[in-house]
Amino acid sequence: MDYDFNFAAVWRDFDILLSGLGLGLVLAVISIAIGCLIGLCLAFAMLSKKRSIRWAATVYVSVFRNTPILVLILFTFFALPEFGINLGKIESFIVTLSVYSGAYLTEVFRSGLVSLPPGLREAGLTVGLTEFRTKILITIPVMFRRVLPALGNNFISLFKDTSLAAVIAVPELTFYARKINVETFRVIETWLVASLMYVIACSIIAAILRRTENRLAIPK
Amino acid sequence: MDIMQALDAIWSARWPLLDGFGNTILISAVSILLGTPLGVGVGLILSYGNRVLRFIVRLYSDFLRGTPVFVLILACFYILSIVGIQLSAFQAGVFALTLFCSSHVGEIVQGALKTIPKGQTEAAKSVGLTFFGTFFSVLLPQALRMILPTWVTTATEIVKASTLLSVIGVVELLLATQQVISRTYLSLELYFFAGLVFFLINFAIEKAGRFVERKVSLPN
Repeated sequence: MDYDFNFAAVWRDFDILLSGLGLGLVLAVISIAIGCLIGLCLAFAMLSKKRSIRWAATVYVSVFRNTPILVLILFTFFALPEFGINLGKIESFIVTLSVYSGAYLTEVFRSGLVSLPPGLREAGLTVGLTEFRTKILITIPVMFRRVLPALGNNFISLFKDTSLAAVIAVPELTFYARKINVETFRVIETWLVASLMYVIACSIIAAILRRTENRLAIPK
Repeated sequence: MDIMQALDAIWSARWPLLDGFGNTILISAVSILLGTPLGVGVGLILSYGNRVLRFIVRLYSDFLRGTPVFVLILACFYILSIVGIQLSAFQAGVFALTLFCSSHVGEIVQGALKTIPKGQTEAAKSVGLTFFGTFFSVLLPQALRMILPTWVTTATEIVKASTLLSVIGVVELLLATQQVISRTYLSLELYFFAGLVFFLINFAIEKAGRFVERKVSLPN
């Protein structure tokens, strides 16, 4: 193999790669925030007494977990305009990723809610809180602390999924990497640097999450 | 939206679409079948390898899990041809998915082996089993039950990730659908159709997994 490594081309554009990484992070953060709302609502729906509501939530989770995210991205971007829903590429991607993560987070929150001791809710009601305030003030905060590790893993995989935004030309890291690859033909350097950036970003996020987990862990 | 028109378009493109469907199944099946044994090897080394070996495999696994599959596929596609390994897009894609699968299966196997009590290994050793005897007749049967649900999820992940091969020009179901769309402009109906087919594939895998799980579960 005779290949002369030359990182100059990649270093020259390193700042746009970094900006792409930043955009990916922003997309992931916004999507997981919306996804958390969807997931919370659906997790309560999953535990509802009404069969039809349970069923609707199950269908949502099953459909979005089992459909490739790339198909969802393309559907939102290219097919929804036929319904008169015109979204820019970034908005469209955020919508897709939020809906997709909502399905995964529903499962996370549902198992979190099921694992809570019933005494928690009863205690809340006993001191005179309404059902709704018990949820907001007691059940959900405790549940969040319990599911934090699973939530963190979901965030990391969402962050990796932001690479797919490149397909609809959202200028994130993978988009720029493909561009540099085509413009300079420094193939190995480009992909090595791009994947290392993802790996390092993921490790840093994982480390931060682990620290937060330890700090917020419920003492035994 | 005209459903008859869409069904007509799908029917007249049934052979290319079926071809794409076949490719999707083939890509997923080959990647899972190659990636699983490789992953078991990764898991074994992570659990029992010596320090140097463990370090190398740890790096391999962390690197692969920290990189988005999409980047992995693009990197394999572009880099392999540069270093003189002439693979078709199909082969490069399957190679990338195999690596992806192996790292995930490796983590699952390692996790499962960790939960088996040490007494099992000690008991096996004291009745005179070799390392492989211990692994195949004592540890693996127990680990398999724990591995199965997560392994099934990994299989559906691979099916979903196989759509990414459309970006490097492998005519699997998604690209076949996109080719029909570029002829008929029925993006809404046809993306919906592709999503439905992928959903059905994964739904079937999930149900089959549940069935096997129930068959092999221990009565308690």
